[in-house]
Amino acid sequence: MTAAILWQALHVALMLAIAPLLAGVARTVRARLLGRRGPPLLQPYRDLRRLLQKEAIVADTASPLLRAAPTVVLAAIAAAAALVPSFTTEMALRPTADIIAVIGLLGVGRFALALAGLDAGTSFGGIGTSREIMIAVVAEPAMLLVVFTWALLVGTTSLPAISEFGLSGAAGVRVSLALALVALVIVALAENARIPVDNPATHLELTMVHEAMVLEYAGRHLALIEAAAMLKLAVYLALIAALFAPWGMAPPSGAAGGGSAGSIGIGIAAFAGKMVVGAALLSLFETSIAKMRVFRVPEFLGVALLLGLLAMILLYMTKGF
Amino acid sequence: MIGVFLGTLAAAAAIGAAWGRRRGGAIAVHGLSLGAMLGFGAMAIVRLLADAPAATASLPIGLPWIQMHLRLDGLAALFLLVVAVGGALASLYGLGHDRPGATHGHAPPAGRGGPGARGVDAAPAAGSDPVPRLLPFFPAFLAAMVLVLLADDAFAFLVSWEAMSLLSWLLVLANHRQAGQEAEVRRAALVYLAMAAFGTTCLLLAFGLMVAGTTTIGPEGETGLANYGFDAIRSAPPSALVTGLAGVLVLVGCGSKAGLAPLHVWLPLAHPAAPSHVSALMSGAMTKVAVYGLVRILFDLIDGIPGAPMALPWGLAATLMLAGGLTAVLGVLHAVLQRDLKKLLAYSTIENIGVIAVGLGLAIAFRAAKLPDAAALALTAALFHALNHALFKTLLFLAAGAILDATGQRDLERLGGLIHRMPVTAAAALVGCGAIAALPPLNGFASEWLLFRSVIGGIALPEPLLKMLIPAVGALLALAAALAAAAMVKAFGSAFLGRARSPAAAAAQDPGPAVVAAIAIPAAACVALGVVPALALRLVAPVATAVTGGSPAALAPLVDPWLLATPSTAAASGYGGLAVAALLLGLAAAITVALRRSGNTALRRAPTWDCGFPNAAPPYPGAPAQYSAASIAQPLRRVLATLPMRARESVDMPEPGERRAAKIETSLVDPAWSLLFGRIERAVERLTALFDPLRALSIRHYLSMTFATAVAMLLYVVLTRWQG
Repeated sequence: MTAAILWQALHVALMLAIAPLLAGVARTVRARLLGRRGPPLLQPYRDLRRLLQKEAIVADTASPLLRAAPTVVLAAIAAAAALVPSFTTEMALRPTADIIAVIGLLGVGRFALALAGLDAGTSFGGIGTSREIMIAVVAEPAMLLVVFTWALLVGTTSLPAISEFGLSGAAGVRVSLALALVALVIVALAENARIPVDNPATHLELTMVHEAMVLEYAGRHLALIEAAAMLKLAVYLALIAALFAPWGMAPPSGAAGGGSAGSIGIGIAAFAGKMVVGAALLSLFETSIAKMRVFRVPEFLGVALLLGLLAMILLYMTKGF
Repeated sequence: MIGVFLGTLAAAAAIGAAWGRRRGGAIAVHGLSLGAMLGFGAMAIVRLLADAPAATASLPIGLPWIQMHLRLDGLAALFLLVVAVGGALASLYGLGHDRPGATHGHAPPAGRGGPGARGVDAAPAAGSDPVPRLLPFFPAFLAAMVLVLLADDAFAFLVSWEAMSLLSWLLVLANHRQAGQEAEVRRAALVYLAMAAFGTTCLLLAFGLMVAGTTTIGPEGETGLANYGFDAIRSAPPSALVTGLAGVLVLVGCGSKAGLAPLHVWLPLAHPAAPSHVSALMSGAMTKVAVYGLVRILFDLIDGIPGAPMALPWGLAATLMLAGGLTAVLGVLHAVLQRDLKKLLAYSTIENIGVIAVGLGLAIAFRAAKLPDAAALALTAALFHALNHALFKTLLFLAAGAILDATGQRDLERLGGLIHRMPVTAAAALVGCGAIAALPPLNGFASEWLLFRSVIGGIALPEPLLKMLIPAVGALLALAAALAAAAMVKAFGSAFLGRARSPAAAAAQDPGPAVVAAIAIPAAACVALGVVPALALRLVAPVATAVTGGSPAALAPLVDPWLLATPSTAAASGYGGLAVAALLLGLAAAITVALRRSGNTALRRAPTWDCGFPNAAPPYPGAPAQYSAASIAQPLRRVLATLPMRARESVDMPEPGERRAAKIETSLVDPAWSLLFGRIERAVERLTALFDPLRALSIRHYLSMTFATAVAMLLYVVLTRWQG
C-alpha cells in the first residue's frame, strides 16, 4: 500500500514536471524542421514562471467564475493525469482509474473553460467557446467509442487493467485497434488545439479557437491555463501510450520481475522516452500538414467518429478482429 | 397512511377551490401539498429500505364488484419517491412564489413590466403571475400521479392516468389569457390534449388485450367476466401474438407521455407553457410516471411468458433502444438550438427520456437472453438516471422560474449577466447544468457511467441483429452526452454569464428564501448522489434486481459507498465518486495555496477589448459587441442540423446607402413533424374535405342512407347465419 501511494505521488510529480518539457520538445522539433533554431528546450518553464510573477488583469464585466475557472481547469486535468498510468499500473488510485472518468474529468476542464470564455461578454470569448463546443461535440463521442472498443476487448474500462492486458501480449495486432488508434490520434490533435484543427501560435480571429477562449486571461490565471494546456497534451500522450504502447511499464507484482525497484526505473525511463518521441512525432505531423478551415474540422473529426464506430462494430461481430 | 396523505391532497384541492383567491389560500394549498409529498417520500424510503412485502389496500370505488385496488411494492415506491421529491420541491417553490411580495416585491419597477421590457422585446416573454384558478388542480395533479403509481388494477391505472393527463392539461392552459402568448399556449394545449388522448387510447387497447385471457367468478357465480386486477394479468399470460401487440401499444401509449421520438412533439410545446413549478413537475415527475408505466407493464405484467418466441422481446428491445438513441440525439440537438430557456430544458428532458429508454431496452434484451444480472445492471442505470433527471431537471426548471420572476424573460437573447445579480440561483443552476452535462463528480455522470458499462456488456447478447444495433446506440448516447454539455454551456453562458442583454436582466435579483431552498436542495442532492452514488443505488438496485430476477450477490458492487462498480468486473475497479471528488478538491486547494505562496497576487480590473464597438451606458451595457445565444450554437446548427432538421439561414443585407437594418433569419423543421405529423395532418384534412359534402345532404338522403345501412347489416347477419 505504501508503495502504491509512493508510486502515485511520483507519477503525479512526473506528469506535472514533464508536461512543459513536452511542449518545449514539440516547439524545438518543429522549429528545426522549419529550418529555425527555435527557443531553448526549457523555455516553457520560464514562460510559466514569468506569467506567475505578472499581475493578473480581469475584465470589469467578469464574474468570480472567470477567476475560479483556471484553478478548476488545471485541477480537473491534473486529476485526469493522476488516473492515467505511466510507469506502473499499481498506484493508489488504481481502483478508480476508470477511462470514462478520465474523459469526464477532461470534460470538466473543457466545460469550465467554455463558460469562462463567455463570462466577460466579449466577441472573442464567444467565438472561441462556440467553436470549442462544436469540436468537442464530435471529438468526445469519438473518444468514447475508442474506449468502448478497448472495453469490449478487455471486458473492463479500468485503465490499469487495459494496460496490463496489453503488457501480457494478449491484445496482439488487430484491425479494430488500428482503427481506434487512428481515431484517438485525431481526437488528441483536436483536443489539444494542434494543427490541422487549431494553431496555438496564431491570434488571427478567423482561425483561432482555444486562444480566443482564453484571450481575457493574463498573469497567474494565464499561467494556470497554459500549464493546463501543456498537461492536457501530456495526458493524451500518456493515454495513447497506456492503451496502445504499454511496453516498458513495470509488470504487475504477480508477474515475473514485477514490483521491483529496477522494473520501476525501467518503467520511468521508458515512459519518458515514449512521451518525448510522441511530442516529436506530433511536431513532424504538424509541419507536414496545413491548417484546415474551421468548418472542415467536423468532417475531419467525423472520420474519427466513424473509425471508432467501425472498430466497435468489428469487435461486436467477432473478437477475432 | 396512503389515505391520510391522499386526503391531505384532497383537502388542499378543496381549499384551493374555495379560497384560492384569498391570500392564505395559496399558502395553504402549497403547504398541504408539501406536507403530503414529504409524507409520501418518507413512506417510499421506508418501504425501499425495509424491503417489506408489498402493502395493499382497496377502495370501494370503481367498477361494480371490482374495487379500486392499490398496492405499494418496491417499483412503485421508487417512483413514488421520484414524484414525491419533484412534488415537494414544486410545492416549496409555489409557497415562496405565490406569496405576495416574496419574489415580485424584490424586482424594481423598471425591471418588470416597464414599457421597455415588454413593448420593445416582442420575444417569448412571459410573466408568471400566480393564477388563483389553478390552485385546486395542483394538488389534484399530484394525487393523480401518485394514484397511477399505486394502482393495482387496469381500471384504477387508466382512470388515474387520464386524470393526470387532463389535470396537467388544465395547468398548461394557465396562461391562455396572457397577452402576447394566447396563440402559443392554446396551440400547445390542443396538441397536448390530442397526444394525451391518443396515448390513453393505446393504453386502453393494450389493457383490453391483456385482460382478455383472464376470467373471474362474479358475486353470483357467473363466470367469464374479465378481471382487471394486475394479479390476474400476471397469472394468466396471454398468447405471444397478443403480448406483442399489447407491447407495441404500451410502447406507443407510455412513450407518447414520456416524450419518445417521434411522439415527442407535444412536450416542448406543453411543458414550457405551464407555470414554472408545473413545468418542473411535468418534466421531472410526470415523464417518470410514464417510464414507470413502461417498466410496470413490460417487465412485470406481460413479460416472462414461458413459451414465447424470442423474437418478441428482442423486437421490443431493439425498438426501444433505437427509439431511445434517436430520441436522445434529436432532443438534445433541438435543445442546443433553442433561444427560449424553458423550451431548451423541455427538449433536454426528451434527451434524458431517450437515455432512460436505451437502458430499459437493454434490460429487456438481457432478460430475454437469460442474463438477469446484466439486465439488473441496465435497469439500475435507467432507474438511477430517472431519479437523477428528476432532481436536476426540477432544479433547472425552478431556476428558470426564478429568472422569469425576476426579469419577466425566458428568452436567452434578453438575459445575460445574471450571475452578478442572482448569485445563489446561478450557483445552483451551475450544479444542475454540470449534472445534466454528465460531469464528474455529479450524479448525471454516475448514471451515465453505469449505462455506458451496460452498453459495453451488450457484447454478451447472442442475437446478431441486436449486436449490430448496440454499438450504434452507444455512439448515439455518446453524441447525446457531448451535445448535452454544449447545450448547457449555451444555456448557462447566455443566461448567467456575460453582460445583460435587456434592462430587465440588468435589474434582476435573487428570489426569496423558499424558492432558494427549492433550488438549493436538489443542487445539494445532485452533488451528494454523484459523490456517493450508493446513497441512491441502495434504494434503486434492489428494485431493479427484484424486477429482473438478478442475483442479490451481484448487487454488492453497486451499493458499495467507496467505489461504484459493475458485477461483471472481476478486479475491484470502477468509478470512485468520493475519490474523484476528493482528488479534485485537493488539487484545487493545492493550486490555490501554491499560487498564494509563489505567484503574484495582485489583481487589476480593467475594461475589456471591445473590438471597436464601445459599450452603451448602463443599465443596458451589453448589446453591441457581445456574442448572442444564437451565435454560440451557430456552428453546431450548421454542422449537425443542416441535414436532419433542414436548418437554413437567410441573410437580408441592405444595399449600401439603404438605412434599414440587416437581418438574419433561421429556420428549423422537426423531422417528426415533416415526416409524420405533417402528413397525418394533411391526410386528415383531405379526408375531411372528401366527406364534407355529406354534412349538407337533405333529409331524404340521410333516411335512404340509414335504410341502406340497415339492409346491409341484415344481409350480413343472414349470410353469416346461413353459412353457419
